Amino acid sequence: MKDLTLGMVIAVWEEMFGPALFWGMAGAAAVVTLLYLYVLIRDRRVSWRKFLLAQLAMPFGAAAAVGFVWRITHSGLRDVGGPVDVIVLMGVAAAGAVGAAVLVYTAQSLVRRPAAEE
Amino acid sequence: MTEADAAPAARRRFLGLAAAALAAAAAAPLEAQPVGTSARILILGAGAAGITAANQLARRVEGAAITLVDPRREHLYQPGLSLVATGLKPEGYVLSRTREWLPAGVTLVEEAVAAIDPEARRVTTDAGRALGYDFLIVALGLALDDDAIEGFSRDMIGTNGLGALYGGPQDAARTWAAVSAYAEKGGLAVFTRPATEMKCAGAPLKHCFLVDDIASRGAAGARREILYAANNKALFSVPIVSEKVRMLFETRRIGAVHDHVLKAIEPGRRIATFATPEGDVEIGYDYLHVIPPQRAPRPVRESGLSWADRWTDQGWVEVDPHSLRHRRYPEVFAVGDVAGVPKGKTAASVKWQVPVMVDHLVAALQGREGTARYDGYTSCPLITRVGRAMLVEFDYANNLAPSFPGVIAPLEELWISWLIKELALKPTYLAMLRGDA
Ligand SMILES: Cc1cc2nc3c(=O)[nH]c(=O)nc-3n(C[C@H](O)[C@H](O)[C@H](O)COP(=O)(O)OP(=O)(O)OC[C@H]3O[C@@H](n4cnc5c(N)ncnc54)[C@H](O)[C@@H]3O)c2cc1C
Repeated sequence: MKDLTLGMVIAVWEEMFGPALFWGMAGAAAVVTLLYLYVLIRDRRVSWRKFLLAQLAMPFGAAAAVGFVWRITHSGLRDVGGPVDVIVLMGVAAAGAVGAAVLVYTAQSLVRRPAAEE
Repeated sequence: MTEADAAPAARRRFLGLAAAALAAAAAAPLEAQPVGTSARILILGAGAAGITAANQLARRVEGAAITLVDPRREHLYQPGLSLVATGLKPEGYVLSRTREWLPAGVTLVEEAVAAIDPEARRVTTDAGRALGYDFLIVALGLALDDDAIEGFSRDMIGTNGLGALYGGPQDAARTWAAVSAYAEKGGLAVFTRPATEMKCAGAPLKHCFLVDDIASRGAAGARREILYAANNKALFSVPIVSEKVRMLFETRRIGAVHDHVLKAIEPGRRIATFATPEGDVEIGYDYLHVIPPQRAPRPVRESGLSWADRWTDQGWVEVDPHSLRHRRYPEVFAVGDVAGVPKGKTAASVKWQVPVMVDHLVAALQGREGTARYDGYTSCPLITRVGRAMLVEFDYANNLAPSFPGVIAPLEELWISWLIKELALKPTYLAMLRGDA
């Protein structure tokens, strides 16, 4: 491979999931991120109770992300062969964990107003 | 994307050789002003090399008449055939339409090239059409010489333990039928490669490793025996890669015999006959993978464009290895599998060859000499089992030319290399076709 551009990286993702699923997921991630920012600004503070529950979701998000990547690539844990593989695996898990935490935090904030909490 | 940014810089430090080609290729898209010309540019073959050349030329020249000649309507992403032949991807994975990839303004003649006359600068098609040219780009790929293997024909693939994945998606899918039957029954699986030059010299090894892995997980399990029949004394043309494969064979208990060239099969009795220095040797098999000898397509071999003193039984086009320009007809270039250069018969090589060829052709239009240089970059991710692969990238001098030095180790079985092969290679290839990469 000679060079890596953003366009090519996007093409890779489109290929992985199919354009519809990829843009659907990218859109969903963008919406959740915007909603997360919205509730932070709306509430003007971080609710630690909600954050605790969000943290509990992290391991599940990590496992789901890793499982998803393994499934679509016909591979598994036994295929990790070197340090770079461990880094890639941890990156996937971290992305899944953060995604799940943001999702759970945002969902709680939208369902329950801050007043109802205290 | 710090990794991606760092990689090209690191490579320039590590690999002075590659740097020149890299810089030249990187400079090409920056040349914003297309060159005005009324030249007739004729491209023979609309495969990986022909389509990539058409797209890059369409951006670099204005007013030229660019014509492609190829009767095949569908485009094949051939690196995917190895995955189809082992049940990892469906047949449709390798298929698209040729026209989908062509830039606006080029003409596609859907006829087969019947004759090339470089003296008269004229190409004739099977429909009798004559096409003149000012510049000719030969990108006809290569032909599989099925008849060179006595007793073999493509309609047998998939029956009697016979696989042959090179011929296209249907052949690859039928090869999978034979492989899955073998994974249940076990026995002796024999893998061959021809004594000619061949496209993607890693593919016979990939198939061998994949079948071993699939059979080890299937009912065959311990009842399997794997034998790789090499055509010469090596397992791969690059010594350091060959040595690594030897070590992998040892740990996987894959046997190897050398100087064995398949010459005949008896499909009913499942016997393969090999020509060896000690005379013919017969080997009975439960699964046999056949890769026929490979040669330049007939119109090329009959055109007088081939080397007269090298590869005389194969007929590859006589080009300068660094500019891909014909050594006797300066208005003729050859790119892709048909080019008479050592190494270089991979889609990854096409990606490096085409910008070099375009640089020299555009320079010729301007009355100067081109400066870009191709150093033989060739790459073939060597799958070593379902889930792992080694990035194998090298050049004319048998040096390794890793794309991600310090990040992805070459010659190491890695999951990330498998992810690249399974996920990233096809989009990279398609971006290359469009002229974007
Ligand atoms: C099983 C397999 C695995 C591979 N794996 C890899 C890999 O992992 N990585 C990699 O980089 N490369 C791989 N390759 C190699 C890669 O696919 C080829 O090197 C690449 O396609 C070469 O491009 P080309 O344009 O020269 O030939 P092709 O893409 O084959 O195109 C040649 C074109 O010429 C046309 N043609 C032929 N005869 C005529 C005629 N008489 N008139 C008009 N048109 C004609 C054909 O229809 C075809 O469209 C693999 C190949 C195979 C078979």
